[in-house]
Amino acid sequence: MNTILEVRALAPDVAYFRVEAPKIAKRRRAGQFVIVRVEAEGERIPLTIADSDPDGGWIALAVQAVGHTTTVMNRLREGDDLLDMVGPLGQPSEIELFGTVAVVGGGLGTAIAYPVAKALAGAGNDVVSIIGGRSRPYVIFEADMRACCDEVHPCTDDGSYGFHGLVTTKLEEVMARRTVDRVICAGPIPMMRAVAETTRPRGVPTIASLNPIMVDGTGMCGGCRVSVGGESRFACVDGPEFDAHQVDFELLSRRNKAYLDWEAEHKQVQP
Amino acid sequence: MTELTKRERMKLPPTEMPERDPEIRRTGFMEVNFGYDPDLAVIEAQRCLLCARPICIDGCPVGIRISDFIHHVALEEFTEAAEVIGIDNSLPAICGRVCAQEVQCEGACVLDKKGKPIHIGHLERFVADFVRENSPLEPPPNAPPTGKRVAVVGSGPAGLACASDLITMGHEVTVFEALHELGGVLVYGIPEFRLPKDIVRSEIDGLADRGVEFRTNTVIGSLDTLDDLLTEEGYDAVFIGVGAGLPKFLGVPGENLIGVYSANEFLTRINLMKAYSAKAQTPILDMRGKNVVVFGGGNTAMDAVRTAVRLGAGRASIAYRRTMDEMPARVEEVHHAQAEGVVFDMLVSPLELLGNDDSRLVGVRLQRMELGEPDDDGRRRPKPIEGDIFEQPADVVVIAIGNVPNPLLLRTTPDLDRTKWGTLVADTDTGRTSKKGVFGGGDIVTGGATVILAMGAGRRAAASIGEYLATGEW
Repeated sequence: MNTILEVRALAPDVAYFRVEAPKIAKRRRAGQFVIVRVEAEGERIPLTIADSDPDGGWIALAVQAVGHTTTVMNRLREGDDLLDMVGPLGQPSEIELFGTVAVVGGGLGTAIAYPVAKALAGAGNDVVSIIGGRSRPYVIFEADMRACCDEVHPCTDDGSYGFHGLVTTKLEEVMARRTVDRVICAGPIPMMRAVAETTRPRGVPTIASLNPIMVDGTGMCGGCRVSVGGESRFACVDGPEFDAHQVDFELLSRRNKAYLDWEAEHKQVQP
Repeated sequence: MTELTKRERMKLPPTEMPERDPEIRRTGFMEVNFGYDPDLAVIEAQRCLLCARPICIDGCPVGIRISDFIHHVALEEFTEAAEVIGIDNSLPAICGRVCAQEVQCEGACVLDKKGKPIHIGHLERFVADFVRENSPLEPPPNAPPTGKRVAVVGSGPAGLACASDLITMGHEVTVFEALHELGGVLVYGIPEFRLPKDIVRSEIDGLADRGVEFRTNTVIGSLDTLDDLLTEEGYDAVFIGVGAGLPKFLGVPGENLIGVYSANEFLTRINLMKAYSAKAQTPILDMRGKNVVVFGGGNTAMDAVRTAVRLGAGRASIAYRRTMDEMPARVEEVHHAQAEGVVFDMLVSPLELLGNDDSRLVGVRLQRMELGEPDDDGRRRPKPIEGDIFEQPADVVVIAIGNVPNPLLLRTTPDLDRTKWGTLVADTDTGRTSKKGVFGGGDIVTGGATVILAMGAGRRAAASIGEYLATGEW
C-alpha cells in the first residue's frame, strides 16, 4: 500500500514522489491534499497532490524537508511504503472558464499551484504562471507549467534565473499589459499576502491556498482554523483555498509558529 | 457460598473501586481505576437483592440482563456472567469503564434510594476483564454466509456494535475509518487513564477474528461516496456511524489565539497522536506550571482538564456556566478530577479570550452567572449577573462544549435528509434514513451523546439492516 514508485530531487531539500494510490488518483481533483504519516508515533502531515494519473494509478507529492517528518520522508526510496496516506481531502479548486488566470507559485508553492494551473488550462483558460524561487535550483515545475500555460515567468530573488525580482513585481507587469480575470497563489505566507495586496486595488478576485498546521485533516479537531473575513474557517474541510483578500495572513503566520519552542526542545537527532 | 438473606445483603457496605493514588496518577496516563479482584466482585455482587422485577435493566440503553449476570458473579460463575452480558453488549470492558451508570442502571437500582446502588459498572468491567485475561469466551458462531455485504462507515462505538451484530448474522461487513487508528472517539477522545487503548484494540481484534474487515485511512464522502458504496462497490446496505466530529467554538473574540484548543484537537494530540510521549512527533503546547482553563462541564471537559493536570499544569480548572449539580459529566469523573486537584470555577461564562502582541493567549474575561428558571431540559438556565465581569490569567484554553455533525459524508450525499442542526435524520428504532439501504445511528443522528447510546443505536440498526437484507422491503 502507498508504495513509492519514483523519487527524485526537485530542488535542494525538495523531493518529488510518485506514490501508488489508484483510488485517490481517480478521485482527486485539483487543489486537494492527502495526509501522510511515515513512522510509528509520527505526526500527520498534509501534502498537496501535485499531479496524478488515474490510468497509472499514482499521485505525485512534492515534499520540502523542513522538519523531522519531512526529513524522514525525503529519505524514503523507490519501493518503500508510506505508513499511512488518506485522501483526497479538502475542497477542490473552483475550476471554471474565467478567461485569463495568473497562477503564482513561490518555492514549494509551485507544486501546489501547478495542478490548479493544469486544471484551469484544461477548462479553457489562458493561464499565465509566475513561479519564484530563491535562486535557479529552487524554481520547480517549470517544464510542467510550460506544458499547460500560455506564459511562464520564472523569477529569482538573486537574479540567477529568469526575472530578477519578486513574483509580485512580475504580476504587476503582467496585469499592466493584459487583462487578468483571476489570480491563484500558493507559497510562503508573506508572498501570498503580497499577492493579495497587489491585486486588491485592481479588484481582481484572488485565491490563496493556505497551509496551516493540521492534525486529522477531516474537520474533527479545528486546529487548522483560519480567519477569513473575520470568520473562523477550517482549512481542511472549508479550504484549503480561500479568498486571499479576506484572509488574516498575520494570524496564520503566527499560528504556524505555535510550536517553534516545542520543536527546539524536541529536536530529533537525525540518525 | 451460603445464601444471604435480603436483610443481610442490605447490611453489606458498597465495595469501593480500588484506585491509583491521586498524587501518583497526576503524573502519568496509567489507568486510574484498578478494577475489582474476584473477591471484591463477589462481595459486591452479593449485595444485589435479585429483584423479581429488576428495574435496573430499564435503565440500561441496551438492556443488559443485569440481575442475571450479577447472580452469576455472586456464585463465582464469571464465564457465565460474561455470556449473559454478551447477549446484549459486545463491548462490556469499554462500557463498564465509560458509561454514566449513575443515571442509567445504577440510577434505577432500588438501592439507589438509600444511596448505595450496586456498582453495576464496576461488576461489568470486572467480568469483561477477568474473562478476557483468563478464559476468553468463544465468540458466538456466525450464521451461514448470506452473501450480503454491508458497509459500516465509522469505527466508533456505533459502528463497532453494528458490525458485531451484522457479522453474527452471516453478512459480510467492512468498516471504514478515516483516521489511521480504529475506534473513533474511543481512541482519539477518551484518555488512556480512563480507557486503556489495549482494551479497545482487543475488542476490535475480536471483531476482526470473527471476520469483520477494517479499512483505515478511508474517508467515505471523498474517496468513495455513499452512492459509490451502494453501486460500484457492491454493498447491499450502509450504516453511517461517523459521529459528531466537528468541534463547536465559543463564539467570543480571541478564539484563534495560540493556546486555544478545541477539546477534540487537544485530546487527539494526546490520545491518538501520543503527544505526551517523548518519542511522538506531534507537538503540544508546554503546560508545565501553566494556567489551563477548560470550558464545559461534560465528560470531555473532565478528560481534557485531567489531561492538563497530567501534562503538569500549575492550575487546571473547569469553567462552567452552571453549578456542579447541573454538570453532565459522570460523577466518578468529577470526583477523580477533584482528587487530582482540578479547580472547579462554577457560574462563569466566557466573554473574551485575551492575547498578547504575538497572538498568544494570556487570559480570559469571564462573566459571573446565576441560575434562573429551569429551561426545556429541566436544568436551571444560567443568566449573567450584570456588571460582574472579571479577568483571570490563562496560558491554555480548551473548549469542550460539544460537537456538530461533520459535513464530509453528508455533503456528498444530497439525498439524505438532515435536521436544521445538520444531524442525519434516522428512525430511532430502526436507524432507517431517507435513502433506501442507508441506515444511521450514534452521534451523527443524536448529536453529542454517549458511548452506550451510540452502541444501542448501532445494534438496533443492525437488526433492521438484517431485516431489510432478508426482505428487501424498505
